[in-house]
Amino acid sequence: MSAGGYDYEEGLQSSIDGGISYDPSFVPDPVKSFVVHLYRHIREKNVYEIHQMYETSFHTLSDRMFKDTPWPSVEAVAQYVDNDHVFCLLYREMWYRHLYARLSPTLKQKIDSWDNYCSLFQVVLHGVVNMQLPNQWLWDMVDEFVYQFQSFCQYRAKMKSKTEQDIALLRQHDQAWNVYGVLNFLQALMEKSSIIQILQQEKEGLEQFTATDGYDYSGGSNVLKVLGYFSMVGLLRVHCLLGDYQTGLKCLLPIDISQQGVSTSVIGSHIATVYHYGFANLMLRRYVEAIREFNKILVYIYKTKQYHQKSPQYEQILKKNEQMYALLTICLSLCPQVNLVDENVNSQLREKYGEKMLRMQRSDDESFALYDELFSYACPKFITPSAPSYDEPLVNYNQDAYRLQLKLFLYEVKQQQQLSVVRTFLEVYSTISLEKLASYMEVDESTLRTILMTYKHKTHSVGADGKTISNADIDFYIDDDVIHVVEAKAPKLYGDYFLRQIVKLEAVIGDMDRVKLE
Amino acid sequence: MARDVLTVQASTVASESATKPHTLSLVQKEHSGRRKIKMGREAPSQSQMSYTVEQLVAVNPYNPDILPDLENYVNEQVSSQTYSLNANLCLLRLYQFEPERMSTQIVSRILIKALMAMPAPDFSLCLFLIPERVQMDEQFKTLIVLSHYLETAKFCQFWDEAAKNRHILEVVPGFEQAIQEYAVHVLSLTYQKVSRSVVAEAINVEGVSLDKFIEQHVANSGWVVEGKGKLVSLPRNEFNHPELKRTSSAQSIPLDRITRIFPVLG
Repeated sequence: MSAGGYDYEEGLQSSIDGGISYDPSFVPDPVKSFVVHLYRHIREKNVYEIHQMYETSFHTLSDRMFKDTPWPSVEAVAQYVDNDHVFCLLYREMWYRHLYARLSPTLKQKIDSWDNYCSLFQVVLHGVVNMQLPNQWLWDMVDEFVYQFQSFCQYRAKMKSKTEQDIALLRQHDQAWNVYGVLNFLQALMEKSSIIQILQQEKEGLEQFTATDGYDYSGGSNVLKVLGYFSMVGLLRVHCLLGDYQTGLKCLLPIDISQQGVSTSVIGSHIATVYHYGFANLMLRRYVEAIREFNKILVYIYKTKQYHQKSPQYEQILKKNEQMYALLTICLSLCPQVNLVDENVNSQLREKYGEKMLRMQRSDDESFALYDELFSYACPKFITPSAPSYDEPLVNYNQDAYRLQLKLFLYEVKQQQQLSVVRTFLEVYSTISLEKLASYMEVDESTLRTILMTYKHKTHSVGADGKTISNADIDFYIDDDVIHVVEAKAPKLYGDYFLRQIVKLEAVIGDMDRVKLE
Repeated sequence: MARDVLTVQASTVASESATKPHTLSLVQKEHSGRRKIKMGREAPSQSQMSYTVEQLVAVNPYNPDILPDLENYVNEQVSSQTYSLNANLCLLRLYQFEPERMSTQIVSRILIKALMAMPAPDFSLCLFLIPERVQMDEQFKTLIVLSHYLETAKFCQFWDEAAKNRHILEVVPGFEQAIQEYAVHVLSLTYQKVSRSVVAEAINVEGVSLDKFIEQHVANSGWVVEGKGKLVSLPRNEFNHPELKRTSSAQSIPLDRITRIFPVLG
């Protein structure tokens, strides 16, 4: 990789308040020490140390010395690490990630970052790396890879402000962040690592993967396997960005999200997985499934977020938390199943969206505006994967993908509009004739029949196995022209209750035994 | 050049398993500082020709070369009255990646097939992948309207509109039967007993044909005719007979929870 390709000056102009000069070849002592130690730890496979340096030292140094400038160039630090090719690729990956996070990368830098990922992944795919890296780092690689792809597509679609130079560069490097490239890399990582077979064999007791958190204790490398694993989440994410929810979920199938696993070992990955899983299920109208998973992760975040306050991912965690509350609100408004929601989550929900939820249950224009608002806030940043035709007039079309998904979502909401009205009546009556209900709802009987059938159709979704599942908390059936209402009772969990009380009583008895009576 | 410590010497690495002939080749061409990464399939070998479309979709879906195969597959689905959502989604994705290659005729067929898959949400899933301006096309607008009627159980309006657009729909054999099946499905969710006229409206069949239809379902699907022929009793299922709903398995307690009280039980 030639050093001359980096246009530092250009990049800095947009991001520095006058006067700070950046010399890419100057390596301050702390950085020297950082790379030397990191290199040594990677060579010696001290995963714990690597993790500390990666998670903490890198960010401390960034905060202290590189708030507004990039880290020293890889060429400058290479001499301290034996010019190790792989280490340089890793360093560069971190370099670009820092750039994206703190500064605004130029088009050239975006393209170069793509080149770096290609080189890095190719090295991994050729099976020649001899390292153990912390799962956090490996997750961040996949996460950042997809993020930069999404960001590039958004950038590319904003044609209005493009200069001649930019367009020439885009034409020349049409392979950079090409959707085929991105998807095929993720697919290749997944396949080459044989992760699906490994997970399968693990179920049969023939392999160890989840038990060791993906790490290889027999002297090998965890890099390909774990990258392959996280690529499944990466594929789910990319497919959601494209609007293909069905395939996204299919890509995630080998991972059992109800179990602890490598995906839950890194909080960023855990949240990203559930967020996209839940969103995909929402768009597939499997509301109960979405509610269940959102509930679980929100409980988890509620209990554990205090431990992540110092971590660099904290902000992201909070952001996703808020977005998932919004998605949960949408799900519960379309499919009221409050008994599926934990107390703590419920009270948070009431606080944030209680009022909005009430208004969303009405079938008027205001409720649409609220669905629009919440969806727009919480949805992924959809992309248009194809490159623009650079010969056509320059317009911004980066919002097109989002607008389409929003439009189709609101279309669905509209079709379900009447359902909440029906529900309010079903809540009150145990039987009611079609004639009467029609007059209350101010529609004719045959319209009422269609509304009731719509209710049935929309509340009974088709599961992944093709079977019909009921999402309705209030159900009914019609006997010719009389509606009989059936309320689904939440099953009383006697078993759990007794178990808890037995253990409690035993503890009390134990305490009493210990009391010595004077 | 200094030896890379973090990579294993090439000679000690087990040779890459080249089991699949369609393994992606990541070819890197370095040409006067300009880097070009080429992603594509290696030249098809003999055994590749025998891969079915389903296999292609499962193993190598992000590949522009399979687009013609997928298009042929859509036509095959139409003529042999089969259906594959995954293959069709794969094709719609490729159209998304390369909009100039899109064929509205094929997309129309995919959408009609998706309609026939109701109550599954396949139609929406397809729409998510079709750009808005394409959806403005007349025949797609019609299909969207038809889908809307079906989603909101407006069967009367549906059959009217379908009749007006027979030329679009008759391309796909089996359309009518598929929609009738969906209509019966919705009726079965909703009614224990339903009047003949409602059934007639839902499946768009009258008179003698209606008698035959009902007869068939009496013979094969457990329908019962009552009320001097005016009422049809639909087979009992857990949706129109909620008392049949299996009591939730929450009544069973997983073993690991019981272990909590093992110390108590002594």
